[in-house]
Amino acid sequence: MSKADLDKLVAQFPSAIVSTHSKCGDDTAVIRSENLLDVMRWLKGSLGFDFLVDLTAVDYLGRDPRFEVVYHLRSMQSGSRLRVKVQVACVEDGPNPTVDSVVAIWPAANWQEREVWDMFGIKFAGHPDLRRVLMYEEFIGHPLRKDYPKEKRQPLIRRDYSME
Amino acid sequence: MAHSPPSNSGQAARTGTSTGPQKMVFGMPTPDEIVSGAARELRSRPQFPPGFGEGQDADDDAPLPTEPMTINMGPSHPAMHGTVRIILTVDGETVKEADVQVGYLHRCFEKEAEYATYTQVFPYTDRLNYVSPLLNNVGFAMAAEKLLGISDKIPERAQFIRVIVGEISRITDHLTCVGASGMEVGAFTPFLWMIKCREWLWELLEELTGARLTHSYVRIGGVAADLTDNFSARLREVLAKCREAMVDVEKLIVKNRIFRDRMDGVAVISAEEAIAYGWTGPCLRSTGVPYDVRKDHPYLVYDRFDFDVPVGSTGDNYDRFAVRMEEIRQSMRILEQAMEQIPAGPFKLDDPRISMPPKSQVYNTIEGMIGHFKQIVDGVKIPPSEAYSYTEGGNGELGFYLVSDGTGRPYRCHVRAPCFILMQSVPKLIIGSGVADIIPTFGMINMIGGECDR
Repeated sequence: MSKADLDKLVAQFPSAIVSTHSKCGDDTAVIRSENLLDVMRWLKGSLGFDFLVDLTAVDYLGRDPRFEVVYHLRSMQSGSRLRVKVQVACVEDGPNPTVDSVVAIWPAANWQEREVWDMFGIKFAGHPDLRRVLMYEEFIGHPLRKDYPKEKRQPLIRRDYSME
Repeated sequence: MAHSPPSNSGQAARTGTSTGPQKMVFGMPTPDEIVSGAARELRSRPQFPPGFGEGQDADDDAPLPTEPMTINMGPSHPAMHGTVRIILTVDGETVKEADVQVGYLHRCFEKEAEYATYTQVFPYTDRLNYVSPLLNNVGFAMAAEKLLGISDKIPERAQFIRVIVGEISRITDHLTCVGASGMEVGAFTPFLWMIKCREWLWELLEELTGARLTHSYVRIGGVAADLTDNFSARLREVLAKCREAMVDVEKLIVKNRIFRDRMDGVAVISAEEAIAYGWTGPCLRSTGVPYDVRKDHPYLVYDRFDFDVPVGSTGDNYDRFAVRMEEIRQSMRILEQAMEQIPAGPFKLDDPRISMPPKSQVYNTIEGMIGHFKQIVDGVKIPPSEAYSYTEGGNGELGFYLVSDGTGRPYRCHVRAPCFILMQSVPKLIIGSGVADIIPTFGMINMIGGECDR
């Protein structure tokens, strides 16, 4: 059912597609980040993907481009589902990678993009309120990055004062 | 509001009894004042400067000018189910702005899962939505099975057991949500009755899984143990008692004026907005959208049962309450059908690469022991792939997005927590309403801290 949607997407934006696959039965399209908003608007407007189910990111450390932002979409009319991925490059010690925000298309993306910023340090251009959501503002770094050590601790209340 | 004219009786008392320096009117009384009885007089009568309040009586009927005030609701608030903070800007009783801050219960579930074998993730999933842990267990197991490509090989009995324990968990989830919300608007008795029902169901699950709350009962390829011998009879007994309690609860609150006034027409959201905000589960169904993963994308053996998906009409708090009450009944229907249809057979997949060998083999054969060792140390090895698996959790679509890299540990484990996504629309629901409306609204969203903050 949704394989047809994937084919339509490839036919509509042949130059925006990096690759497609249907592993484990999930139809997936990897698209170029510069085409993200055009593709997403078209998916919502023409194919009826009016429901942003999930938005997250994956850190493929050591691969170029390093990050993938993953969108799971569902059409409430037809019930078909589609996964769209955007690859984002990240320069070592460089500025934070940036992707266009889809909050204007699906308000549901608001906190989910904040979470990706919080956990992976990926910025979303055009997001109305890009703050950390799960960690506290004083937190340094982005914990779900693969190069963030699991054992690292950053207590908000410092315990290193001397007892007088 | 009339201001009393400056009273000098307090001053007279003061000068009469105290010779010390002037002290604050509202401060602690001196011993002299207490002995003489002037203390009570002093503290109950504030003193105003001369001329204060004169000429203001004409404005008595005009509303008092208010200015916006910022107050914190939480992070620790008796009516908040989890630890959550809402920074409110209120103008009188009306909420003007609201900033919901979550994350106080963040325990790095997704990071920890990357360092645990697939089997070791199950205890973490128990702690996501901790009032319906088995639904999370089932959701994660199905994601791992989808990655392995063995979704259609799970023994039928295991699938039935998963449905049964899942629906019991859904009932406990809804009982908690409805009972606690009723309590927060003043109906304490239904809370006690519903928690009693929940306890009976949890006792049943405890007998089956060995734990009252954090069951860790589901495994990749099946479940950890078969149903106990008298499970079916005990479940029927408990369900009959729960049915009675449900009727009693509805008698108490459905026509209760206080309950209805605080629920009806409060925090209304349209179906279009709810979809745009990513709502799922009972909250989305309260707006009239009949989206239920069990019906729309049947998994396990849900397509074999006859059950209805209740929907609301206005999308207010009362609809969210009513949808949950009806879903409890529908879950009971599923349970009764499942107990009748459950086939005999194995309760886990017979594949040494996926399932643990039985203990008799582990202790008595070298193959069994090595198999057990490899399972514990290396975990279930899953070839590189990615999968998003979704089930109907207590609060909505519970999704697990897993990326595997060929090892026994997930490369990335993301959970789509339904109430995290519901929580982001709370400001929209409460802005413009009264401060008191926040409590039933928040209760009906049913934020579970463990799931929202992960």
